[in-house]
Amino acid sequence: MGLVDKGRLPAPLTKLFNMSRSYSLWVYQWGLACCAIEMGAAFGSPRYDVMRLGVIPLPASPRQADFVCVSGTVTDKMAPAVRRLWEQMPEPKYAISMGSCANCGGPYWDSYSVTKGVDQLIPIDVYVPGCPPRPEALLEGIVLLQQRIKNEDMAAKWRGDEFTTLQRTRAVEAGEVDRDGELISDTHSVSEDPMPDPDPEPIVVGGGPIE
Amino acid sequence: MTLTDRQQLSYIASQAADARLNVELETEGMTLNIGPQHPATHGTLRIICRLDGEQVIWAEPSAGYMHRGYEKLTEVRTFPQVTTLVNRIDWLGSFANEVPFILAAEKLMEIEAPPRAQVIRTILFELSRIANVSLFLGDLGVQMGAVTPVFLAFRDREYVLNLIESATGGRFHPNFDRIGGLKDDLPKGWIDEARQSVKKLMQFCDTIEDLLFGNEIFQSRMRGIGVIPAEVAKDYGLSGPNLRASGVDWDLRRDQELPMAWDKADWKVWTHPDGDSWARCWIRLQETRESCKIVEQLLDQIPAGPVMTKVPRIIKVPAGEAWVSTENPLGEMGYYVVSKGDLGPFRVKIRSASFNNISVVPWVLKGVYVPDVITILASLYFILGDIDR
Repeated sequence: MGLVDKGRLPAPLTKLFNMSRSYSLWVYQWGLACCAIEMGAAFGSPRYDVMRLGVIPLPASPRQADFVCVSGTVTDKMAPAVRRLWEQMPEPKYAISMGSCANCGGPYWDSYSVTKGVDQLIPIDVYVPGCPPRPEALLEGIVLLQQRIKNEDMAAKWRGDEFTTLQRTRAVEAGEVDRDGELISDTHSVSEDPMPDPDPEPIVVGGGPIE
Repeated sequence: MTLTDRQQLSYIASQAADARLNVELETEGMTLNIGPQHPATHGTLRIICRLDGEQVIWAEPSAGYMHRGYEKLTEVRTFPQVTTLVNRIDWLGSFANEVPFILAAEKLMEIEAPPRAQVIRTILFELSRIANVSLFLGDLGVQMGAVTPVFLAFRDREYVLNLIESATGGRFHPNFDRIGGLKDDLPKGWIDEARQSVKKLMQFCDTIEDLLFGNEIFQSRMRGIGVIPAEVAKDYGLSGPNLRASGVDWDLRRDQELPMAWDKADWKVWTHPDGDSWARCWIRLQETRESCKIVEQLLDQIPAGPVMTKVPRIIKVPAGEAWVSTENPLGEMGYYVVSKGDLGPFRVKIRSASFNNISVVPWVLKGVYVPDVITILASLYFILGDIDR
């Protein structure tokens, strides 16, 4: 993968890699509360059958997973474990936040023991609102994540050294760094790149506010 | 303490294991941490086991990973808002959580739901029990490495969830109970649909019995494992199927006068003398069938009339204290509601079944082998929201 190390990949190769990655996603099921059952229904039931989308819901450990689906209430006692799980996962990695509790605290918005939003701990790519969301909503979230992976600048994602992906894409968009992660003194010198633009903002299923 | 032969044997075996551990060679212990995220823990329970070889010599559940501060939150919510919260305590049988709270509030207000609402409440209560226990029956296989039953459970559970959704609007958390009755009447055609779905659930019970309960591996992993004698079960405050599996004939649906419709149906409270893991699973299987029977019978007996009594638009519950508990899918669930005449409760003490049910874990896990830890936990059947609240 010398090409990747240099930070450049031919566009057709990127497309091919991205396509293969998006259809062989191993998801780590971080089921915490009520949403875990709906996640189980989406991932484990014959009616919703997530495997037809190319998602394999049975990794033995977070070290084999491509993305994590945090579903349910994250409490302050659980928060270190969520963070640790995220750090155990290898790059490139993605996260889906499922349900109101994981998005923003949900019905426990004024509770003393609930972490209001798992995005305080890990960067989230897709928010799925609902309490709990129906399995179809989670499936749509996964489809949106796959679309994002298909349009991704893989070299930037794979290098993932000093920035997380989200930070990097935001920094690139703000013009602070170029796509190799080098600091740019002149903010106008971002060179034209044949790569498709990575989408920096998190996706919300349904397009509404995160709730 | 009167024990059956099987119980006595297992009890003696666990005592002998204790004694042997003290006498035999000093071996280096090991601490095994199960959870907080483990498929066998139904959520985020952490169980700390100290092992000697393959045997557990000390175990303790560490709860609190799902503590959401319910009792404090109810103090800043109004009475109708509390049902939204308590739905999520035992998230598999949500409707059953609302009922005791609403009954307690109605008891304080000295009103009663109309007969039609009472029957519909009972039907939905039993449907949520079926939804709860059917997932348990499917999940049971997974703990032993059989993956098929969980697919069956998720398939057939959808029938119940569809019923609950078409009646209440909520697939998971109905929030359908109101003080003084129900939010709405049943939709058109619901009763016929319910009859068909209940038949399918009866078939599901038969399938699971053929697949799992008749299976030799299942029996050898379950029979005589994790025996809880009746006295111990009573001492630890076990309730529900876990208590009845130890041979105690105690069911709040039958033993208690409540404005519900269980007495209108003909059903049976099952008990099992063994008290082992197999008995606990078998009791739940039989109870699912009994619930199906209750629903089938009550569908014929829904009286005409309104589903809501007259209550003021802004509900102020008079000052007083009330305790109501019902037989929820996991055991006795009760609310002690203290009202000071405000819009919301002054204090609510929630007694949920799973918290007491897992208090027996340190006792029952002593002396068992590590693979049996998983099956015992599975057969005790707790839900983390119900433990931590």
